[in-house]
Amino acid sequence: MVDGGRLTVDGLVECDNRQPITDNRTGGTPALVGRGVTKRFGELLANDRVDITFSLGEIHAVLGENGAGKSTLMNILAGVCEPDAGEVRLFGRAVHFRNPREAIRAGIGMVHQHFALIPSCTVAQNLTLGDPDGPFFLDRRGLAARLRKLGDETGIRLDPDAIVAELSIGEQQRLELLRLLANRARVLILDEPTAALTPGEADELFVQLKELARRGHAVAFITHKLDEVAACADCITVLRKGRAMATGLPLAQCPREQIIAWMVGEERLTANTVDGLSERGSRQSTTDHRPVALDLANVDAAGLRAVNLQVCAGEIVAIAGVAGNGQRELAEAIVALRRLKGGTRRIAGADATAWPTWRIRGQGVGYIPEDRFAFGVCPNLSLAENLNLLKCAPGAPFFPDRARLQRDACEQADAWRIGRRGLGEPVRYLSGGNVQRAILAREIAAATRLLLAAQPTRGLDIAASAAVRAALLDRRNAGVAVLLISYDLDEIFDLADRIAVMARGRIVAEFSRPFPDRAAIGAAMLGGSARAH
Amino acid sequence: MRIEIARREKLSPAADAALMALAVPAALVVGGAVMAAAGLPPVAAFRAIFRAAFFGGAYALSDTAVKAIPLIFCGLGCALAFRAGLWNVGAEGQLLLGAWAATGVASFWLPADLSSWIKLPLMLLAGAAAGAAWGLIPAWLKTRLGVSEILASLMLVYVAAQWNTYWIYSPWTDRGFQMTPLFPASAQLWRLSDLAATFPRLTGLTVHAGLAIALLAAAVLAVLMRRSRWGMAWRAMGDNPRAAAAAGINLAFHTAVVMALSGAAAGLAGAVEVAGVVHRLQERFSPGFGFTAITVAWLARLNPWATAALAFVFGGILVGGKEIGSQGVSMLLQGSLLLTVILSEGFRRYRLVVRREERP
Repeated sequence: MVDGGRLTVDGLVECDNRQPITDNRTGGTPALVGRGVTKRFGELLANDRVDITFSLGEIHAVLGENGAGKSTLMNILAGVCEPDAGEVRLFGRAVHFRNPREAIRAGIGMVHQHFALIPSCTVAQNLTLGDPDGPFFLDRRGLAARLRKLGDETGIRLDPDAIVAELSIGEQQRLELLRLLANRARVLILDEPTAALTPGEADELFVQLKELARRGHAVAFITHKLDEVAACADCITVLRKGRAMATGLPLAQCPREQIIAWMVGEERLTANTVDGLSERGSRQSTTDHRPVALDLANVDAAGLRAVNLQVCAGEIVAIAGVAGNGQRELAEAIVALRRLKGGTRRIAGADATAWPTWRIRGQGVGYIPEDRFAFGVCPNLSLAENLNLLKCAPGAPFFPDRARLQRDACEQADAWRIGRRGLGEPVRYLSGGNVQRAILAREIAAATRLLLAAQPTRGLDIAASAAVRAALLDRRNAGVAVLLISYDLDEIFDLADRIAVMARGRIVAEFSRPFPDRAAIGAAMLGGSARAH
Repeated sequence: MRIEIARREKLSPAADAALMALAVPAALVVGGAVMAAAGLPPVAAFRAIFRAAFFGGAYALSDTAVKAIPLIFCGLGCALAFRAGLWNVGAEGQLLLGAWAATGVASFWLPADLSSWIKLPLMLLAGAAAGAAWGLIPAWLKTRLGVSEILASLMLVYVAAQWNTYWIYSPWTDRGFQMTPLFPASAQLWRLSDLAATFPRLTGLTVHAGLAIALLAAAVLAVLMRRSRWGMAWRAMGDNPRAAAAAGINLAFHTAVVMALSGAAAGLAGAVEVAGVVHRLQERFSPGFGFTAITVAWLARLNPWATAALAFVFGGILVGGKEIGSQGVSMLLQGSLLLTVILSEGFRRYRLVVRREERP
């Protein structure tokens, strides 16, 4: 039963069939088969002899913690990179894709976590990107008609003339999906598609995915969340440390506890998964007179209208709302990455309306940006340098003590389980989850007065998410004002002392504890929102 | 069989260095092929160049060093700016203005009988300040108005050239010639040959004290880039300016500092060139040091010490080209080097894969 630490389970044999064109247990036609897929990045064995089969008409969930090798495996299957060993077969034929375009042409499409869209172009223009048969000169009306037709066929609708930069993450994701469908992809692979979505948007996505599977596509998606698996997957593959713990198992055969054990390993299961929140979460009353750390009055900016918001020391204020309703703009306006057109911004009582970013950050303001690669890290600098990035701000010694920098970086890497091995490596070689941890480590430590956390648990696994939530509560209890921007209502309910709901660039409602039920908050989110469907 | 281009994932430092080093022999092959096509004997030409530039004893090395000095200064300026993501391609203009300011201090603005111990430092200071000021204009335009520093710094080269032309044609002209009078002895930078009275073997070695200053500048820059808080900030803004800004790095301030330092380095190049070599301001005293330095810095991968080393290679090409009597040959070799460096850059990121199997 044990083969190199890998569990072999009933059902695997049939999915792992050497004959490509046969029905497997769940009835789909195998479309994309990876066999013995192995990939090494330097020291790290990202994929170790992984077998996997995606079948037409099925939704296949790929589970695993951060750094388990899920993204690498999907990238190999989608032709983004080549395996060191093993083979990929598409409809029975061995394939070597030189680039994703060839993979798309062969019928495989992937939606990455970081979208490959041109932000300044319209939806319709982006749709023609990567279309090898597209016309040389773009025909605006023709494109719009094509988009409408695709919308009718797939139920995924977008305004053809909307500028992509102005779309929410959920909408951009839909556009990515549409683009693959426009290129007649049969196999659709999504890398953590729900990481940035609201629960409502995620449900909508699952409906779309089910519909696509029903129409005969093979759909595969990466996730950490078991609820999502239960909601829509037909079968699952679980990776841990590069190995497949289970592959292609029908969901019905997998009890929840078993899946968790596969993901995190038996030994860690009891140690630190979910709880630890309850004892920290003992909430203080939020009504006493604490200093106001952040005070926005009538703030107008691109994407924001007349925003009034106060966050006091020692409280967590959560911004709830559908993605794309001004949350990102709000965070950027607070740290002066976005220009204020009107209103005032006060930090710890001082008028900071005209302050530049560096001055605001100098007040002990931590900022976890929503787009972690664009605003959070310097990809070609090492992990250690990125962890120490804030130490080149004014006030630090001109010639920093390098041994101390290295020591600090080691401590942060250890505390956030990033692994010291990557300290000297450029950050771009790190997995998305580890990049997020690096930013969290740096910013949470830097936040002595105010912490702006935009989707801090995006893309993190169960254990890491719990650690982030615990850290946010710790900061709050240490008297830091925390502004949490999240698209996950459960997270908000767990952490927030107050909830402010954003819709269309405004704060449309505020709730204090005890909070009303989800329906009331959901209504406020949607009530003011034109974009939500 | 087909040849495909595949992305490289990672390259060991040794392989990386080897790839860069291969650019030099490859450039010789490319340049030699062109020379052969033009009817020149490439082997003989290369032998003459190498003898003149590197293997011809102390004189050859001294001549090469003289050409390398302005290249080191300008290359350091470029390396610094490029590292911070600022495309200062106007080192030539900053050099010209540095030479102008140094000339003013040398011959016109100060009493003629001033000691060289005061005058020379003031000349260097004036040259650096003028270069810095010329570099600050694109910095200001960029941070205030969003003007591309590439265009601004490049166009200011021509402004600087015209500025110098005005001064040598009229206010500073030497009896109507388009040049200033020769600097007084107190404004001439010390040369090794100045010591020939005591050490006869140094006769005719024209290498001047600018070399020591240039190497000192390389050391200062290396320490600043690697060890200082500013260096960290520059590397961060060069890599991802948005993340740098979000992390609280003051981009406007650092843009100004980097462009000023970069301009100051190029300004020093101009100052030591007039003080140490030309001893007057005249037209075309620089064969485009500021432009060649872009290639030098790039080839050196923006490392200060490598910049200094490569400046010697390029200095040698200039000397050798002159030796065989053809400015064209040195330009050809520079061009081939640029070409092969860009190619090797491509090979660092991609590799060629030869596939034998039939594709479906």
